[in-house]
Amino acid sequence: MSFDIAVMQAFNGISLFTILLLMSLGLAIVFGLMGVINMAHGELMAMGAYATYLTAKLCEHWLPDWWMAVYLFIAIPVAFAVTFVAGYAIERGLIRFLYNRPLDTLLATWGLSLILQQAYRSIFGAQEVSVPLPGWLAGAWEPTTALQFPLNRLFIIVLTAVVAVAVYGLLYRMRWGLEVRAVMQNRLMGSAVGVNTASVDAMTFALGAGLAGIAGSVFTMVGSTNPGTGQLYIVDAFIVVVFGGVQNLLGTAMSGFTLAEAQTVLESVMSGSMARVSILLLVIVVLYFRPQGLFALRARG
Amino acid sequence: MGAQKLKLEVASGLLVWVLLLGVAPWALDPFRLNLMAKYLAFAFVAIGIVLTWGYGGILSLGQGIFFGLGGYMLAMCLKLEASAPELPDFMVWSSVEQLPLWWEPFRHFGWTLLGIAVLPAALAYLFSYAVFKKRVSGVYFAIVTLALALTLTVLIVGQQGDTGGANGITDFRTLMQMPIVGDGPQRTLYCIEVLVLEAVMGIALFVARSRLGKVLVAISNQEGRVRFSGYNTAHIKASVFALAAFFSALGGAFYTLQVGMIAPSVLGVVASVEMVIFAAVGGRMSVVGAVIGAVLVGFLRSYLSETFPEIWLYFLGALFLIAVLVLPNGLFGLLERCVLLLKRKRAASIPVQEDVRA
Repeated sequence: MSFDIAVMQAFNGISLFTILLLMSLGLAIVFGLMGVINMAHGELMAMGAYATYLTAKLCEHWLPDWWMAVYLFIAIPVAFAVTFVAGYAIERGLIRFLYNRPLDTLLATWGLSLILQQAYRSIFGAQEVSVPLPGWLAGAWEPTTALQFPLNRLFIIVLTAVVAVAVYGLLYRMRWGLEVRAVMQNRLMGSAVGVNTASVDAMTFALGAGLAGIAGSVFTMVGSTNPGTGQLYIVDAFIVVVFGGVQNLLGTAMSGFTLAEAQTVLESVMSGSMARVSILLLVIVVLYFRPQGLFALRARG
Repeated sequence: MGAQKLKLEVASGLLVWVLLLGVAPWALDPFRLNLMAKYLAFAFVAIGIVLTWGYGGILSLGQGIFFGLGGYMLAMCLKLEASAPELPDFMVWSSVEQLPLWWEPFRHFGWTLLGIAVLPAALAYLFSYAVFKKRVSGVYFAIVTLALALTLTVLIVGQQGDTGGANGITDFRTLMQMPIVGDGPQRTLYCIEVLVLEAVMGIALFVARSRLGKVLVAISNQEGRVRFSGYNTAHIKASVFALAAFFSALGGAFYTLQVGMIAPSVLGVVASVEMVIFAAVGGRMSVVGAVIGAVLVGFLRSYLSETFPEIWLYFLGALFLIAVLVLPNGLFGLLERCVLLLKRKRAASIPVQEDVRA
């Protein structure tokens, strides 16, 4: 394998990795930290994508043309805000009645995901929608003739890095993150020392949902959105989180990286569907030997 | 299971039996009867879910795997018979020249039946014993089975030439030279299906009220304590999981017979999760409830998607939410509560009458 091909392979792997990471970060917070199985996570991503689509439409109509070049910088915060609010409402209206019944959160959120899918179908129609890509993200960066790095992929990589650092800072460097981790480790103790656990729960879930919204917004740059989009992502996102070992955001990142690189390497030697089957089987085998996930912290339960 | 509940289960089970075998074949036209047979195929799966999830606390989101295995094995046998002596049509289309080796046993109906009875159950036991031995708990088990269902779908769709791909296996008319399409044969098949379903319900009720059922409930509450008392909990859970897989495979085989085709869409993630809702709506602790749930949800799906195609998904979603939030024990739980209330009222009213007489 020549050097150029190897570099492109690695780039494709990293590109897939950032997408997997964006998909699973919010889920890792909701599932890993809170223990809530949110099957509607994919639909929250779709919600972010639709919010981006609407923002693009509004910008097209109301703002001068040059705004279209930068509408993404409005759309991503809008997607975050919309899904954040939705997540807050879902936690207050549904999830909070189901703590300590994880299997039931799974069923209830699956029901919610069906309702959201149908809502998208009624509002936006069954067909795919896509947003215009700003001119400066079209094209590719070509250092040599054999190397081509699509600009939209590079943008996603940078954005993922920003989001990941922000989440890390929020959870591990700020007082609010300290409260979150305290509540998740020992709810009773947390509330005894004066943390408002109900508010922390709602905000944490909303943050996870907001991250799904950012992911959905970013996905509009690489593909189109339809009402069923969410279901395509949800199983992958769960596999990344479980494979990495829940309760450990760094593990989620490493597991996303491993799976993405493995997928791209396998795809170069076999068909796409067989590569996917091999990855899934690999995950199941690894989980058999390490039920707590590949990168689980060694801690006493 | 208390005596009260058993009485209720048996009484409602008999009622269902009378409705399914005594009323449905005469009251429904052939098209509706065929739909009914399709819903009942899912009832087999739902009964298994009641045992594993309701009693054992093991939620599998991959019951479609075993349903699909049963359905596919029978479909392979039927397809070979329909296309003999040539290769099945989809193999010809993808220019497969020789029958794959693993298709060979399905030339014989006997081997196929044995396969349906043994293979899914054995696979389920081996897989789940290994997993339970490692103490992989509820949520993780659910996600691993979800991943397995996805794997199987991707595999079947990807291996077009060997499996028929996304279109599945279709176009068969006879089973051992006997026709299986048409109103008469389908009515006969329906009756056989109901009889087998009755047997399965009987087995499930027996298991639920036996000591195994009690140990299962104990495991779902405090697995550690049961293990310390000397039970091999992994073996018990895996056995029940295998039994559920066997039921599912039977359901899949009847599905293939009645619908006349099998495709990856009935064993995928979405279908597998829907199978859980059948048990949840009917009542996750009730065998008869599972059958009622499967028929009711199936019927509502047909009715609503025919008359109001837009609201079906809203409805299904709402059903999930209601079943979880308001009716954790499903319709059967509601019935149980009503019966209990009635009894209490009657018991309370007797002393009042005595007072009046005095």
